[in-house]
Amino acid sequence: MQYQSQAVAKPYFIAAIALFTGQILFGLIMGLQYVVGDFLFPEIPFNVARMVHTNLLIVWLLFGFMGATYYLIPEESETELFSPRLAIITFWVFLAAGVATILGYLAVPYATLAKFTGNDLLMTMGREFLEQPLPTKVGIVIVVLSFIFNVLMTMLKGRKTAISLVLVLGLVGLAVFFLFSFYNPHNLVKDKYYWWWVVHLWVEGVWELILGAILAFVLIKVTGVDREVVEKWLYVIITMTLITGIIGTGHHYYWIGAPAYWQVWGSVFSALEPIPFFMLTIFAFNMVNKRRREHPNQAAILWALGTGVMSFLGAGVWGFLHTLAPVNYYTHGTQLTAAHGHMAFYGAYAMVVLTIISYAMPILRGRAANSNKAQVVEMWSFWLMTVAMVFITLFLTAAGVLQTWLQRISTTPMSFMATQDSVAIFYWMREGAGVVFLIGLIVYISSFFIKGETKAK
Amino acid sequence: MATRFTKSMARNIFFGGSLFFFLLFLALTFDTNQKLPKRDNSQNLTASAIHGKKLWETNNCIGCHTLLGEGAYFAPELGNVYKRRGPDFIKAWIKSQPTGAPGRRQMPQFNFTEQELDDLVEFLKYTSEINTNNWPPNIEG
Repeated sequence: MQYQSQAVAKPYFIAAIALFTGQILFGLIMGLQYVVGDFLFPEIPFNVARMVHTNLLIVWLLFGFMGATYYLIPEESETELFSPRLAIITFWVFLAAGVATILGYLAVPYATLAKFTGNDLLMTMGREFLEQPLPTKVGIVIVVLSFIFNVLMTMLKGRKTAISLVLVLGLVGLAVFFLFSFYNPHNLVKDKYYWWWVVHLWVEGVWELILGAILAFVLIKVTGVDREVVEKWLYVIITMTLITGIIGTGHHYYWIGAPAYWQVWGSVFSALEPIPFFMLTIFAFNMVNKRRREHPNQAAILWALGTGVMSFLGAGVWGFLHTLAPVNYYTHGTQLTAAHGHMAFYGAYAMVVLTIISYAMPILRGRAANSNKAQVVEMWSFWLMTVAMVFITLFLTAAGVLQTWLQRISTTPMSFMATQDSVAIFYWMREGAGVVFLIGLIVYISSFFIKGETKAK
Repeated sequence: MATRFTKSMARNIFFGGSLFFFLLFLALTFDTNQKLPKRDNSQNLTASAIHGKKLWETNNCIGCHTLLGEGAYFAPELGNVYKRRGPDFIKAWIKSQPTGAPGRRQMPQFNFTEQELDDLVEFLKYTSEINTNNWPPNIEG
């Protein structure tokens, strides 16, 4: 560790992995409810399990992004963090707020939660992914602002690199677009229109800046390739991201009441959205091929390459599959969306957080890399989780294609529930793949406890 | 070629390009807002429908159902349920939950008053009359 204050990243990474585990457990509950409808009813109805599953995802990724930032900003700025103490305080505030919110979802009916958390003051709850009670939303804003303040103050007193600039732009964008979660007009079309300013402009916009910056940082460290080359790639990739992704928001405006011209704008620009992800893959492989050193942490390199490939497949290919308006007319809101969502979130965001954890955690624990034995176990977990996610995606895709046919295209369309019964076999197989994913996660966590001979720094 | 294209050029293209496309997005958003009143059925946004939307949100209906194709994919699309089932069926259905049929997906009992059920139906009626460019493809949603 070059700077003492980088150590604040450690609790963020540990919390991220713990919440990730919770997310997977609730995913398995939901997966089972798809085929055994009354499983855990009425204790944990599907909507509650889903809120916990998706909200835990968002929170653990935010923990990962923050941990990554606290780790890399001192090194990029070549100075200690402005206030390590503030970073630790915000950690505990964020963790407490996150856990309290999840427990709130599980403990009381959602309407009760809304009533007692001031939803009547400002109605923001009950919209997909933005289900958090008002105090939690306000808490997120405060935590993120104090976090950005800490990062900016650190940058101001040190070296300013392209990586830290892009990272901070991404984080500021994350904060700014989250403010739209406080805007909930009665008009459903406007509600949906601006809801996407949070959701789409996060995951297909500013989050990709964060992703690119973290990946670029790790690649510089593990390959020793010249910073000028890496940062030029980073700029080109995020340029393509925003050029395609901003107007690409239009692929969500086809059928929600917005004008029909969005079908043209959305189709054209989102058809280009795979390009930045493809470049990300080329970038990762290129840098590793041109490496000037053999870094002892081979597991981190595997995660970095995996992020490139899986984000291209999940976000790029599976996104393109149903993004053109004439296709989307039939596939909108089917299991195809779920298939894309799973692989894209895992491939882009889960994997980039696991990449920086894989690179930084050994250093935070006082060694350049883990022992060979621990790395082999970590690589096993990489393959188990990644292959499991590929199969989850394939089974959901099969379910989605069949669903589209039976319910939407067939000349004798079936009802929603009759269709669900017809594709149940794929839900069973998805649940099986989900169990393999959990095994992969257990193997991953166990890799942290494997000793063996470590290489000194 | 690679040597001609410098990092600062890449940075300038990034800032210029992003700004341009964000402004274009704002312009399209402005135009969309101008055109919405003819499409979004807001003239039927009665006090009852507005209260229905609040009930829709505070009971997290989106956690299982889709509405205009967005939400969870566990339970039927409700953007057009008013046209598919009609007001009386919707109210009777909500009142009779959960079915308790073994192994089947269950919907919770929300204990709505008669007035609240009417508000929900009003909201679903309003939603079903939004101009969605003919989506969904058929009545099954």
